[in-house]
Amino acid sequence: MAKLTMIKAINQALDQELKRDKRVLVFGEDVGRNGGVFRATDGLQKENGEDQVFDTPLAESGIIGLAAGLAYQGFRPVPEIQFFGFLYEAMDEVAAQIARQHYRTGGVQNMPVTIRSAFGGGVHTPEMHEDNLEGLVAQIPGLRVVIPSSPYDAKGLLISSIRCDDPVVFLEHMKLYRSMREEVPEQEYTIPLDKADVKREGSDITLVSYGYMVQECLKAADELEQDGISAEVVDLRTVSPIDEDTILESVKKTGKVIVVQEAQDQAGVGGQVSSIIAEKAILSLDAPVARISAPDSVYAFSAAEEDWMPNKADIVKKAKEIVNF
Amino acid sequence: MSKIDLNQYMNQPDIQPIQVMNEKGEIVNQDLFPDLTDDQLVDLFKKMVWERVLDERSTKLNRQGRLGFYAPTAGEEASEMGTTYAMDKNDFLLPAYRDIPQLIQHGLPMYKAFLWSIGHYMGGQIPEDVQAVPPQIVVASASVQTAGVGLGLKKNGSTNVAYMYTGDGGTSEGDFYEGINFAGVYKVPAVFFVQNNGYAISVPRKHQTAAKSLAQKGVAVGIPGIQVDGMDALAVYTVAKAAREWASQGNGPVVVETLTYRYGPHTLSGDDPRRYRTADQEENWHEKDPLIRFRTYLDHKGLWNEDMEKDWEAQVNKEIDEAIEKAENAPKQTVADFYKLTYSQTPASIQKKIDELEKEEN
Repeated sequence: MAKLTMIKAINQALDQELKRDKRVLVFGEDVGRNGGVFRATDGLQKENGEDQVFDTPLAESGIIGLAAGLAYQGFRPVPEIQFFGFLYEAMDEVAAQIARQHYRTGGVQNMPVTIRSAFGGGVHTPEMHEDNLEGLVAQIPGLRVVIPSSPYDAKGLLISSIRCDDPVVFLEHMKLYRSMREEVPEQEYTIPLDKADVKREGSDITLVSYGYMVQECLKAADELEQDGISAEVVDLRTVSPIDEDTILESVKKTGKVIVVQEAQDQAGVGGQVSSIIAEKAILSLDAPVARISAPDSVYAFSAAEEDWMPNKADIVKKAKEIVNF
Repeated sequence: MSKIDLNQYMNQPDIQPIQVMNEKGEIVNQDLFPDLTDDQLVDLFKKMVWERVLDERSTKLNRQGRLGFYAPTAGEEASEMGTTYAMDKNDFLLPAYRDIPQLIQHGLPMYKAFLWSIGHYMGGQIPEDVQAVPPQIVVASASVQTAGVGLGLKKNGSTNVAYMYTGDGGTSEGDFYEGINFAGVYKVPAVFFVQNNGYAISVPRKHQTAAKSLAQKGVAVGIPGIQVDGMDALAVYTVAKAAREWASQGNGPVVVETLTYRYGPHTLSGDDPRRYRTADQEENWHEKDPLIRFRTYLDHKGLWNEDMEKDWEAQVNKEIDEAIEKAENAPKQTVADFYKLTYSQTPASIQKKIDELEKEEN
């Protein structure tokens, strides 16, 4: 075991999957010789050859369409969209093509495609790099949307995504790429998709979150503990489809819940989570379902993003309000 | 006065349509006459008659409410059957919504094509030995996928070719360009057929682009672009065969523009061509009918006559009768089916919904 950053964990997962199965193909803008703009694919082309790891022209729809066509020919494509803000260019191929192919063909054609993409705030990127657009893809039947919150999860979830016969959008938060290290086993391992994870057990309040906000929730839980409040942190990991059972089990235990996301209030999957809780656990609640999300403006200009993004302090404050409701 | 004269940069390629047989059924270019036996020539013509009968019957079945979505094909028989006739069984076909006849010729059972029209999931279940995907509704979306299929064929060491079809309007889409560009960069075996029937619903070809031809779009990505008289089956076949050979031999993709015309409306979902076309224009194109000229040619050679055509039409009608009956006997679809088809490996939360629905049904 070694302590790895998330970017290293992702790199290792890709390398192992490329070696395990020659049908796995990694491609996108600058992922080849350059090793990716974040080094996620560093060394993979040298190690596995240009047939398996290659650069593409600069065109997102072309990249995802290429993935669809390669999947028809029996490959397992792992295309990259450099920043998820550029999803719009490829929305038809993602939502109307890849996501629907299994359904459209009456179950004849599998779509084992894993679309990797970087997103998330806190690292002062230019416009359209950091937007939290998981809510858009979470609304598309046929897709899975996976968002790891730590290096360990990133490796196991990425391997599971690549091995999944259905399409997966795998979103990697840029602030998590190098901001933390974690013990990550050298050997291959998988983490089940469609399954949330209780990252910290607690009894007074449930914090349901995903992505970078899980780390803020864990920090908030530490602080709340000092005030005698025991917070349980549920990490969705797969934000679509949502694992209802794990959320409901936690909420039924604590009776109080805050749904925390980095996306704007009108975006993300927080609204969906809140609705599930309201529909299926209302009699267990002794406070309203609370939500923490970013303001409903366009993503902040980078000089102001720390003020705009939700953080630990917001979570602590809201948790005290709800506990004392 | 500008320092640079842009006139000298306006030199667009002067692409002329290839023709083998004129409107009177006379061979005007013996050099390009395809290498087909008399039997094969008759076979190709029979496929065109088959397509015309299928179109007439599909229109009637739609009017009777026995078929759903239908995009007429009459007028495009030379373009569609001429190109299909040049394909290998293991070539990969990515059709658009008007390309049902090609898909059936490539191996999709006719009753499944009818089920696709009706709106039943079994219509999309392409048999395992048929290399194709269901018809594409999103215009030119298949272009980028064609590049992917071509790259997959190349990686698999296959000598087969990927084909996509789009119309004249489709060439304005970003995906059309991206697809031919990717295919060119990776030098994949693919042929992009542009069936230029002059209109995208009501919008004439000249409102799509200022380019002199659609074939010349190949220039932008460094691949050959070729234009053919799309009402001349022999020319279409010769061109399609040449494009297939070029692609199959590792030279990369080709754009083929067929100049054709649809006699019917855009689709049977309420389009009225008289709002944007004139009777004179339609009359003019009827004189170019691909069936009339090919029939005349074969008749003069003693290879075809009226009785043969009547017999053949009867056979095709029988095939259609059987197919529509089979389609109408397909099992009723359920919501549980739709859940099951959404994922290959069903997530637990969705499995729960399937179980609930199936419990209700029992």
